[in-house]
Amino acid sequence: MMRGSVIKYGDNIDTDVIIPARHLTLSDPEHLAAHCMEGLDPDFLKKRKPGDIIVAGNNFGCGSSREDAPVAIKSAGISCIIARSFARIFYRNAINIGLTILESPEAVDALREGDQVEVDPAAGTIRNLSRSETYRAAPFPAVIQKIIDDGGLIQFVRRRLSEKH
Amino acid sequence: MGMTITEKILASHASEAVVKPGDLIFCKIDLVLSLDIGTASAIKNFEMMGASKVFDPEKVVMVNDHFVPAKDIQAAELSRKMRLFARDQKLRHYFEVGRSGICHLLLIEKGLVRPGQVVVGGDSHTCTAGALGAFAVGVGSSDLAASLALGENWFRVPETIRIEFKGKLPEWTSGKDLILLLLKELGIEGARYRALEFSGETTETLPMSDRITICNMAGETGAKNAVVEPDQITLDFLKQQGIDAIDIVKSDRDATYADVFEFEVDDLEPLVAVPSLPSNVKRVREVEGVRLDQVFIGSCTNGSLDDFRRAARLLKGRTVHESVRLIAIPGTPKILTQMIDEGIAKIFLEAGAVLGPCTCGPCLGGHMGVLAADEVALSTSNRNFVGRMGHPTSQLYLASPAVAAASAVLGRIADPRELEGAT
Repeated sequence: MMRGSVIKYGDNIDTDVIIPARHLTLSDPEHLAAHCMEGLDPDFLKKRKPGDIIVAGNNFGCGSSREDAPVAIKSAGISCIIARSFARIFYRNAINIGLTILESPEAVDALREGDQVEVDPAAGTIRNLSRSETYRAAPFPAVIQKIIDDGGLIQFVRRRLSEKH
Repeated sequence: MGMTITEKILASHASEAVVKPGDLIFCKIDLVLSLDIGTASAIKNFEMMGASKVFDPEKVVMVNDHFVPAKDIQAAELSRKMRLFARDQKLRHYFEVGRSGICHLLLIEKGLVRPGQVVVGGDSHTCTAGALGAFAVGVGSSDLAASLALGENWFRVPETIRIEFKGKLPEWTSGKDLILLLLKELGIEGARYRALEFSGETTETLPMSDRITICNMAGETGAKNAVVEPDQITLDFLKQQGIDAIDIVKSDRDATYADVFEFEVDDLEPLVAVPSLPSNVKRVREVEGVRLDQVFIGSCTNGSLDDFRRAARLLKGRTVHESVRLIAIPGTPKILTQMIDEGIAKIFLEAGAVLGPCTCGPCLGGHMGVLAADEVALSTSNRNFVGRMGHPTSQLYLASPAVAAASAVLGRIADPRELEGAT
């Protein structure tokens, strides 16, 4: 269960604005967090609080395969991203590193900047505490849910490797 | 029910007779590609996964191309980690600075990509390898580590969209204009999670260089992979690399497509993507006159020999405009050597271009031509998101090498036909 206020962005938030490539010579999560969203929203680091939730439109995370993008967002304290849709590599990367992402066009349409939200990823529910509304998120396919349940791809592969031996 | 080429490749690598869109399957991987940025993180994940050996040292390719020759100490450390890992794992295909080039072009040039393969790479433009009829996808560092450790990964079988280009490409248009035309139609997420399959009479006549450009930039539509059905041009290309006796996978006639788009290209004009989305496509004529500070010819999209040949035809006997910096970066050392042999390198140098070492160059804004605030550039690369090539207020236009060359000479965005006096 996660709780925080909504920080709202538009469509096609690309990986170059989430974390520009010039910062990718260091993969330290603190370093990545310090530059998170600098191409899009210079106030992001000032306004975000631990647990806050990014709500965005279509195709969130389009562009590069850099896993540093979800790592930067997670390390900046964001607990969850709710979008209408995610770009495919970002989607995999977020699941793999254990950043909660949910697809819910309904929630994206209804949620406003600053709304207080409570998310239950297991149940697929998004509660808007500011306006007493509840929205549904799309469930994950079985393989992906397994990776989520394992806490990310590292543990998932660990288990698979030990099964092989 | 028939299958598309993408479905067939995935089915064969999952040991299934049939797969259909939406299936989640585990697939064997034929080739894993890893680069100087991303590999260090992948190695860390690989170790945390409890892995000690890559699944097959013959099937892993590691390439220095993004921030090399090392742009700073941190970049040097990234390359060093990859170098030591490659040595330790006894990888056959490790490419060091000087013998390295842009990974996607190098993979194809070295004959490492074959039709029908499953290729997984730690770069979103891994889809380029579809030009040879492979299923090739980009992934992040964790998936890269998993692929290195297991030699397999899970995939959702994508629906396929078929793209048919018909007609003869007019002079001074090329594969870049075809993919920009498609981006204009499909938008930045029109093919999200889907496969793009290119066919039709125009595609069938395109040289490998244009197929590379198209498959490379197909990812900008959100597509999972892009593929050109292998044909005689593919076989001839492979033969030049000494590769014979290749089994060709093609789509069945009764395969199911999520959508089919047809484009008549007889009247195609040079196109350009304007800031700040690769799908913001206009005719060059609509934006000609925009003043430029920098022009970049190169990248995994347009770093092939044919691309430099086309640009050289326009640059020959001309000079780069005094207010423009023209940066030209061939994709591989072999391409650079051919440019020297054919006199193309000299044409670029005499025109006033700088010729860079065979790397990604300024495409991703880290090295070798980063833009200052408010500067305007035109590039033959694939993305023009805010801040892609440097400062967030810089502006980036994307076009073909011909448009880039004409624009570099005139100091403003220009249609090559203007320079040639054809309009």
